[in-house]
Amino acid sequence: MKISATWIRDFVSPAVDDRKMADDLTACGIAVEGYYGEGVDLCYEAEVTTNRVDAMNHYGVAREVSAIYDLDLTTVLPVVKEHRAQKPFVIEIEDAQGCARYTARVARGVKIGPAPKEIAHRLGLIDQRSINNVADATNYVLNELGQPTHAFDMDKLEGGKIIVRRAKDGETLTTLDGVERKLTKDDLVIADAVKPVALAGIMGGEASMITESTKNVLIESAWFDPATIRRTARRLGMHTDASHRFERGADYGITSKACARVATLIEQTAGATIEGEIDVVARKLEFPKIKLHGSEVRRILGGEIPEAEIVRILRRLGFGVEGKGGVFTVEVASWRLDVEREIDLIEEIARIYGYLKLPSTLPSFAGAVVELPEAQKNAAMRQRLLALGYNESLSTTFLSQEECTAFGQGEPVRLANPLSEEAAYMRASLVPGLLAQAAYNLNRGNTDVRLFENGHVFEAVGEKVDERARISFIATGNAQQPGVHGKPEAYTFFHMKGDVEQLLAEFEHRTIYFDRHVPEYFHPGRSARAVLDGGTVARFGQIHPEIAAARKLKQDVFVAEIMPERLFQHELRTARYTPVPKYPVVERDFSFVLPEGTEFEKMKAVVEALNIAEMEAFEPVEIFRGGTLPHSKYSFLVRARFQSAERTLRDDEVNSWSQQIMKAMESLGGVLRG
Amino acid sequence: MYNVPKLEDYSAALDKAVNELLAAVETEAQAVADAKACEELRNRWMARKNGVLTQINDLWLKAAPGPNKRDVGQRVNQIRAKVEETIEATQQRIAGSSADARLKAEMIDISLPGIRRSLGVKHPVLKVLDDLIGVFVKMGYSIAEGPEVESDYYNFEALNFPPNHPARDTQDTLFIANQERRPQRDRLLLRTHTSPVQIRSMEKLKPPVRVICPGKVHRNDTPDATHYPVFHQIEGLCVDTNITFADLKGTLEHAMQSLFGSNVKTSFRPSFFPFTEPSVEVSISCPFCGGKGCRPCKQSGWIELLGAGMVDPNVYGFVGYDPAKLSGFAFGMGIERLAMMSYNVDDIQQFFYGDMRFLEQFA
Repeated sequence: MKISATWIRDFVSPAVDDRKMADDLTACGIAVEGYYGEGVDLCYEAEVTTNRVDAMNHYGVAREVSAIYDLDLTTVLPVVKEHRAQKPFVIEIEDAQGCARYTARVARGVKIGPAPKEIAHRLGLIDQRSINNVADATNYVLNELGQPTHAFDMDKLEGGKIIVRRAKDGETLTTLDGVERKLTKDDLVIADAVKPVALAGIMGGEASMITESTKNVLIESAWFDPATIRRTARRLGMHTDASHRFERGADYGITSKACARVATLIEQTAGATIEGEIDVVARKLEFPKIKLHGSEVRRILGGEIPEAEIVRILRRLGFGVEGKGGVFTVEVASWRLDVEREIDLIEEIARIYGYLKLPSTLPSFAGAVVELPEAQKNAAMRQRLLALGYNESLSTTFLSQEECTAFGQGEPVRLANPLSEEAAYMRASLVPGLLAQAAYNLNRGNTDVRLFENGHVFEAVGEKVDERARISFIATGNAQQPGVHGKPEAYTFFHMKGDVEQLLAEFEHRTIYFDRHVPEYFHPGRSARAVLDGGTVARFGQIHPEIAAARKLKQDVFVAEIMPERLFQHELRTARYTPVPKYPVVERDFSFVLPEGTEFEKMKAVVEALNIAEMEAFEPVEIFRGGTLPHSKYSFLVRARFQSAERTLRDDEVNSWSQQIMKAMESLGGVLRG
Repeated sequence: MYNVPKLEDYSAALDKAVNELLAAVETEAQAVADAKACEELRNRWMARKNGVLTQINDLWLKAAPGPNKRDVGQRVNQIRAKVEETIEATQQRIAGSSADARLKAEMIDISLPGIRRSLGVKHPVLKVLDDLIGVFVKMGYSIAEGPEVESDYYNFEALNFPPNHPARDTQDTLFIANQERRPQRDRLLLRTHTSPVQIRSMEKLKPPVRVICPGKVHRNDTPDATHYPVFHQIEGLCVDTNITFADLKGTLEHAMQSLFGSNVKTSFRPSFFPFTEPSVEVSISCPFCGGKGCRPCKQSGWIELLGAGMVDPNVYGFVGYDPAKLSGFAFGMGIERLAMMSYNVDDIQQFFYGDMRFLEQFA
């Protein structure tokens, strides 16, 4: 909001310069965030919080100044030279809920013309365009006293009356901005005997607006119900200076004064004669009387503010204060609809007294710090992923419907008011976000990408939303950089599998296996599911080439998805010590020719089923295809390691175990190579 | 090549022979250049069978007449010791020089770049968040979390934003679709602040309560250099008997100094939030320029960092706390803005691109 310092000084004049006044206003809640203009034209760019509609005008700000410096505030007392009404104008309020009070005056014989310089200049200072003497009078009063008023071309009002009522369904009104508005029975309108002529508290009607040929003016100064105005303004997508104030609660007590103020300005600037006030009160607003306890001020603020200071501050702000001995009765001012409770008064006292003058203390604490149940597990995952070389990333929460369907399993969650159709759904998976980030990198020549994200994914369950955590990571490019020291090595499925294994190794489990049950966005031959103690805890592998192509990913991209809701059911691994064996290891290598498609997992299973206690490991060493081997076969070099914690192993027993292993491998069609 | 002479007498001739022998071993030793020659030297002089030392034993000592035997024996022992010493020294010289040669051959260009294994980097926003969490955990605050999809009740109503209240307009809320049939309080939306976790925490905990609630929030903001629809906040809540506005001031002053250094000043001015009263806007003296004026502080010397205030008594009503007995304060702040200022990042969207070149700068 723009405020002229000189205009403030119409009402109160502290012995400080305008800059100092701005600083002091800021400290008490009218945040002056910038200045413009020089000398008497100096203006403030002020931020007035939405609850302080009373300070959204010069008089309101002057009231703050009077409280800060403990100075008297000049009262605005318009004196109207009243002429007898030629014909009494009738105001009827049909809807007392929507309009509590309607004050009006008639100005006859106006000569529409430019506003005088002083008024145009003041309005100009605060970026308001001067229109004509009558329009400027209402705008001036709006910015001076904060009361929105309206001037009708009275001769356009049919039937010589104003009726404040709800619109009838289907009624229309063309507002000042030239837009035809379709009205509903919720909308409060100002009507003449025949038709709506203004949208109450929001905007006047085009048909009754002031024009160069206007002769007689009806000045409206009313109090409208905030919720009613807000509902209509929202429905019609309208936001005006008037609606902004009425929505937040205008000053019920000022309608008469504001009306007179507009009238005197029109009288002075448009040569009109003013008739007597028509003030219709349909509903009397009661302002609360609040009990204020000095002890409560201390309990909340923690500092001692003298009683006299409390009384002084509240009175300067316009509140009526009675009582002493630590208990007061405070009557709230008509312009402070935001003040209803004792705590509201405490805030008023604190902000004018000065937040900076209140003491600073550290509270004692008798509780304990409690860790989130999954904090350690999340931290362990994060630490490992960072150690494995993945950068922590954050990606958008929003996806297109297509992405949600392609990467999510359940019903996607749609937003009612999305930013765009591409961002109309809540992410069902972290994968699309990470793929977009990989593409972003590849498009910029960053060919090695390692990213992980720990974030939430969403699924609709009827009208509810299921929200759960996911940890996903993505990799593409080289695992080993090319350079003077050696050859590059591409990142493969097995790098990712190794990373997944490292992560899962952080958790206690009895069994782990990998199979090919993965969603369709994975390459069917190069992806896997990890199952820990029977529960799916991860899916990972190469992105399906079609998806990669659609996203213009020109190199193999690998992603992994970890499901914390299952993985975190396992405890973090506890380190355990077993004595380091004293006796030597015996290794035996076997080279088998096997039918193509025989998976290592199967070999391991049949060999482990032999239950050779001393077999410490059974590992793949080398795979060979081609040469003299037919296409249907491949050769596999495996190594078994034997060790005992109690003794040195004998040749004959190792030989006997080797025989068992060979036999087991034969059951898979394996033939020992010479 | 030295040959052991026969001795004619055991006085002058012996002296001469001894001197010649010692000179010879020294000369031969000096000529040795490699391990092979060294081995030959050792064999020639020290071999049990026909080495020079064996020869002098036979030709000089054994041949010596009785009266001279003792003297010759002494001289032979001296020679033996001297030869052994010379050969040992030669061996050491040769061994040393060959090791040198090997090390020389193994020399590499240590100015070539090292082979680095890449380490992952924490996201700058989450790093800033970690720092903040650390400060408050040390002050006795526990971490609490809540869902990103919230109900109207937790995001607004229980925080004293009545239905249709203008304060709701400032939140640019994103709403979940298909909620029309549900009562307003149950309608789902994306939380616009982490404040709902205050309510959830108070519902679960008995006072005294000290929690911080870090998390992701969403608003209907079109992305640009200073806006992104996804961002992070941290919220703090402290409720007990006798918690005052002075405690709010002291706590935040302490926290800001822990974060930014003991020279940082904290300023408080009135603000408005529906769920606190009195409400406060907290600024710190710019930690980047020390208050002299710089880009992050827009030349003002101050940075607005937090919103805070005493918990509004209405809020206690929603969680079954007695506002006549309890009081407390809450505070909250956006993380991205602080991260932007801390690292001089000029576009918030950078945090969400996943650009490796960007992220790796925060190692």
